Amino acid sequence: MSGEGRARGRTRLPRAETTATFVGMPAFPSMAREALDNTQQRRNLAHATHTIRTKRAAVVGEVPQWEALRLNGSQTKDHMLAHLDDYLLQLEENLVEAGATVHWARDADEANRIAIDLVRAEGVDEVVKVKSMATQEIELNEALEAAGIAAWETDLAELIVQLGHDRPSHILVPAIHRNRSEIRDIFRREMARAGRPAPEGLTDEPTQLADAARLHLREKFLRAKVAISGANFAIAETGSLVVLESEGNGRMCLTLPETLISVVGIEKVLPSWSDLSTFLQLLPRSSTGERMNPYTTMWTGAAAGDGPQDVHVILLDNGRTSVLADEVGRQALRCIRCSACLNVCPVYERAGGHAYGSVYPGPIGAVLTPQLRGTSSKLDQSLPYASSLCGACFEVCPVRIDIPRLLVRLRTQVIDGKRGGLPTAEGAAMRSAAWMFADHRRFEKAQDAATLGSLLLGRRTSIHRLPWPASAWTEARNAPVPPRETFREWWVRTHGESATGTTGSGGPGAAGGVR
Amino acid sequence: MDAPVTAGARTQAPPGTRVALLATCFNDTMWPETPKAVVRLLERLGVTVEFPVEQTCCGQMFTNTGYADEAIPLVRSFVEVFGRYDAVVAPSGSCTGSVREQYADLATRSGDSGLQEAVGEVAPRVYELSEYLVDVLGITDVGAYFPHRVTYHPTCHSLRMLHVGDRPLRLLREVRGIDLVELPAAAECCGFGGTFAVKNADVSVAMGADKARHVRDTGAEVLVAGDNSCLAHIGGLLGRERAGVRTMHLAEVLAATEESA
Repeated sequence: MSGEGRARGRTRLPRAETTATFVGMPAFPSMAREALDNTQQRRNLAHATHTIRTKRAAVVGEVPQWEALRLNGSQTKDHMLAHLDDYLLQLEENLVEAGATVHWARDADEANRIAIDLVRAEGVDEVVKVKSMATQEIELNEALEAAGIAAWETDLAELIVQLGHDRPSHILVPAIHRNRSEIRDIFRREMARAGRPAPEGLTDEPTQLADAARLHLREKFLRAKVAISGANFAIAETGSLVVLESEGNGRMCLTLPETLISVVGIEKVLPSWSDLSTFLQLLPRSSTGERMNPYTTMWTGAAAGDGPQDVHVILLDNGRTSVLADEVGRQALRCIRCSACLNVCPVYERAGGHAYGSVYPGPIGAVLTPQLRGTSSKLDQSLPYASSLCGACFEVCPVRIDIPRLLVRLRTQVIDGKRGGLPTAEGAAMRSAAWMFADHRRFEKAQDAATLGSLLLGRRTSIHRLPWPASAWTEARNAPVPPRETFREWWVRTHGESATGTTGSGGPGAAGGVR
Repeated sequence: MDAPVTAGARTQAPPGTRVALLATCFNDTMWPETPKAVVRLLERLGVTVEFPVEQTCCGQMFTNTGYADEAIPLVRSFVEVFGRYDAVVAPSGSCTGSVREQYADLATRSGDSGLQEAVGEVAPRVYELSEYLVDVLGITDVGAYFPHRVTYHPTCHSLRMLHVGDRPLRLLREVRGIDLVELPAAAECCGFGGTFAVKNADVSVAMGADKARHVRDTGAEVLVAGDNSCLAHIGGLLGRERAGVRTMHLAEVLAATEESA
């Protein structure tokens, strides 16, 4: 939301701006190319991610036992995942005991249908919403709209995205790609259509923008009979749900309406309240760079005369049990949606969130989305490759998800899926390279060819243009010229053929040597 | 976070020290000056270097592009070639990282328990050059002389896969005549990333352009790193810009002496 300077032109989106869904988007490289050309977005993203990553580093640095906390968080989540069936049944039992109604949803359609039926049963045509990744994942807003129900997002950044007919581009800050002058333009243009119009003469001062949103939203809070939320955590031992947010809009939605519907991914369960303490430390420091979360709302079923009287919880699978079945891949289900990995990712910083074609962008999206959706589409096949494997994401992850390892694993699945089909150019090249490397004599012959190439290039020390596919390198980078003598040729010339021949023992105290 | 240089700091390897050189296929073919420098450096420090000529490629490119089946035979040949050495040294953080951190997964995939065992044995004995010098030999002053303004880029796999920390900088600080200047945002990826550099060339170049800008901002004559692949990427961009900055592998700076200057 931050960023300096004047908005230049409209933010480019690849499909009709009104659909605001990710379905049918092109693969990552082409989306990223478009995003790279959007200089305003590049500046907004670089500014915002660097600001929040600096804040995070500072507050994480304050906690001497941070590594122990991370370990504890990952172990708690792993324990929960290993006994998920038991904890879910315990959660259900305690929710029902506390007066909530529990619904189980296998997939997005089932969850959306349950939610629509519940809203219709209340006889209303609008709901207020607490920012929720689960409801975005199942595209609940679009499903409600199709059923004639308006769903009003009340989180400031979500409101900006919704009013802009845009897509979220970040887990925590969905409008991170927008700067304040773009937001002013959206408010001026769109607020009137959705309710209370933007005040006359609205400027791009952050306080004025926040005031405009507050006035616009207040009418919706006071009018709404039904609210829809997600949950950051669900405590099995008591059947309690927990939502963390920063603006207080969530608490309004969770307390004012008569009916509350919460869509909760089944991996959100924590066994006990004492487990929660770890995550209340890990999450705010990792996500917003704050020591403590501003608004933490917890509720247990329905309480007579206080808050929503009709409480529903939709427990959502939508691919999660199939992720759980993969012993290595399941660690992605530890994710607490803090977005620290997005904020440190050099690829995300430049390509932006839309390029990932999912509500889960950045490094976690690149491993979570293909696991949840499968790798049948070109887009989902491209996501595991949307990383330089630099490892910054793993370093900051509060629950120690080894994202680089999962990316490599998913790449392997993508390639395995292509085996036996029509041979690709890349596959053929890889196979012949593997054949060449299988024996050092073949490798040496290939080196001779490279050396020959360098002889033809004469005295040049770098190459400016190469034919396809190496042209992807030389479009913007010079390429080195192979030297005339390889290392192994030099070795044989200076150290003799019997390169491995000196098999004498290293002797006592030797730090290396032949075993 | 400098460890103090102790009174008993070495300047020579213990007598009889031997090591196998993993040159890496990329260095062997494209950057032979780097493994040559490793040989010169280690021999100067009293180490007997062996180069098993049967070596080819560690398989990292296959592994990281998803071609695990193509990588497994290379894992097999790696343990055959290097399994009999107590120590293996490589002038590459990423190839060392691939052996130490990725071979186990490949061996598991092969379903061959013998291979899993062999990998478990050899992988911990493979060292990136700065690890070998500082941790195994216990040497930070290698007797080098390099009178140039230098900045150092810690490559991602050295930094976050191997956790080499400040070992390369401790080695560089002992080099006589060097003017070592800090690289802004040094820990950020340069954008090479193996096949990422061509599969996502636009993002790769955007990342590299920022790295190149930071390098230019230091006013350094020479950019040093522990991986020639990253240097080829950054150097390729600097070269296209005619920035007048040379790239050099850490091994070549450490091997330089007054006689060779």
